Amino acid sequence: MLKLSNIHTKYGHIEALKGIDIHVKEGEIVAIIGANGAGKTTTLNTISGILKPVAGTIEYLNHDITRWSADRIVSEGLIQVPEGRQIFPLLTVKENLMMGAYLRKDKLEVTKDLEMVYDMFPRLKEREKQLGGTLSGGEQQMLAIGRALMSKPTLLLLDEPSLGLAPIIVQNIFKIIVDINKKGTTIMLVEQNAHMALSIAHRGYVMETGKIILEDNAKALLNNDEVKSAYLGGH
Amino acid sequence: MLEIILKQLLNGITVGSIYSLIALGYTMVYGIIKLINFAHGDIYMVGAFVGLIVATQFSSNFIVVIAIAMATTAIIGVLVEKVAYKPVRNSSRISALISAIGASIFISNLVVLINGPQREAYPQIFPEINFNVGGITISFLQIFIILVSIALMFGLYYIVHNTKMGIAMRAVSQNLTTARLMGINSDKIISFTFAIGSSLAAAAGVLVGTYYRAVDPLMGLLFGLKAFVAAVLGGIGSIPGAMIGGLVLGLAEVMGVAFISPSFRDAIAFGILIFILIVKPSGLFGKATKEKV
Repeated sequence: MLKLSNIHTKYGHIEALKGIDIHVKEGEIVAIIGANGAGKTTTLNTISGILKPVAGTIEYLNHDITRWSADRIVSEGLIQVPEGRQIFPLLTVKENLMMGAYLRKDKLEVTKDLEMVYDMFPRLKEREKQLGGTLSGGEQQMLAIGRALMSKPTLLLLDEPSLGLAPIIVQNIFKIIVDINKKGTTIMLVEQNAHMALSIAHRGYVMETGKIILEDNAKALLNNDEVKSAYLGGH
Repeated sequence: MLEIILKQLLNGITVGSIYSLIALGYTMVYGIIKLINFAHGDIYMVGAFVGLIVATQFSSNFIVVIAIAMATTAIIGVLVEKVAYKPVRNSSRISALISAIGASIFISNLVVLINGPQREAYPQIFPEINFNVGGITISFLQIFIILVSIALMFGLYYIVHNTKMGIAMRAVSQNLTTARLMGINSDKIISFTFAIGSSLAAAAGVLVGTYYRAVDPLMGLLFGLKAFVAAVLGGIGSIPGAMIGGLVLGLAEVMGVAFISPSFRDAIAFGILIFILIVKPSGLFGKATKEKV
């Protein structure tokens, strides 16, 4: 469903991605793990159309989306939950959610999806009228995921959903990610928390300084010695 | 004494609500693209002139005059953004600022070229009625100007809080990249912001023409700068700040004229600017930020 071929992206003068090949099949959870600065966020922002690659192509659902604008990409069902939540702090919880549905014209369906998100995250319903910036970290992550779901995504990109959250909340968030996947949304997940990410993923990629250095199914990566010593705390 | 104070209070609120209308345009544009649109005062002047043309050539119905002035000026505001600001949006902020000053000079001189530099009398599109309340003469025109301003500000509040475009506008001003990730086309939102801000300035232009019964091509310079002071006073980027800032500035100016000296009129506005930049640069309602233009 998504295929990156030989993607090069520059960040200022620095070449942040040096020829990346990644593919995601329908129904999968694909994890990209790697250290800080490996180029994981750059990869997602290149897919989302926020950054434009200097070389290579991105195919999504049989379209070449390499030169598409960010809003056109969202309208085709590909949306990102950005790193650090990036809630709109001065919009209410409900307004934040409605921004996820910005491009949708099917008002009735949007109302239904809002109820669906509230069912999934009852805390958001309770805080519907509160400003986004007043929520706790975990609640903000729920809001960020709920906001993306409001776009009715086919492929959901998640950037570091565990960042800065207590372990118990991380568990909760990952359970929700698996649920979303089971309901039919394909997921591409970028994480520093390699263990957590690989434990729910089908396949994984390991990134290092702008390159993919390893690609395998998630179980194999969890048992790979190199991965163990570099990303799983060496046990 | 009380009579003078009440009279000046009304004068202050009248002028202040016009400052507020213009200040809103400065503050909304700043909120979205972090640019002080120095051509905004000239947009206000253009609005006054469009109103003048409509009132003298077509219809002197106030609603018609103000509606056409607002719509036409909205389009002009969007054009100014496309021509003068969009090409330099990714350049340094000083380039955008210089471009804004250039746009300001261009617009005012274009009007001088077309119209000539002279003052033009504004037709009386609103009847001069005064009434007496307990010995105080109140001009119906002043009350009318205040009411129109309040109605426009309520309209703005409604758009910003209850329409998809309005909420998206706030989203863009809070986090541009994330707004784009949600599929919000920032170009459209920027155009929308310029359209709204310019139409409010045009309304202010028509109100000023109606109030002072005269307009000239350079009227936007001083009045625009003062409205800018109002926006800074309220906290640039803050919509309620611009409304309050305009009123405070209008009242301060009128009281200063009445109780200190009329020759201080302009000094008061810019004195307030210097004072607020020293004491509280983020303004009354603004967030504390490190950088300001």
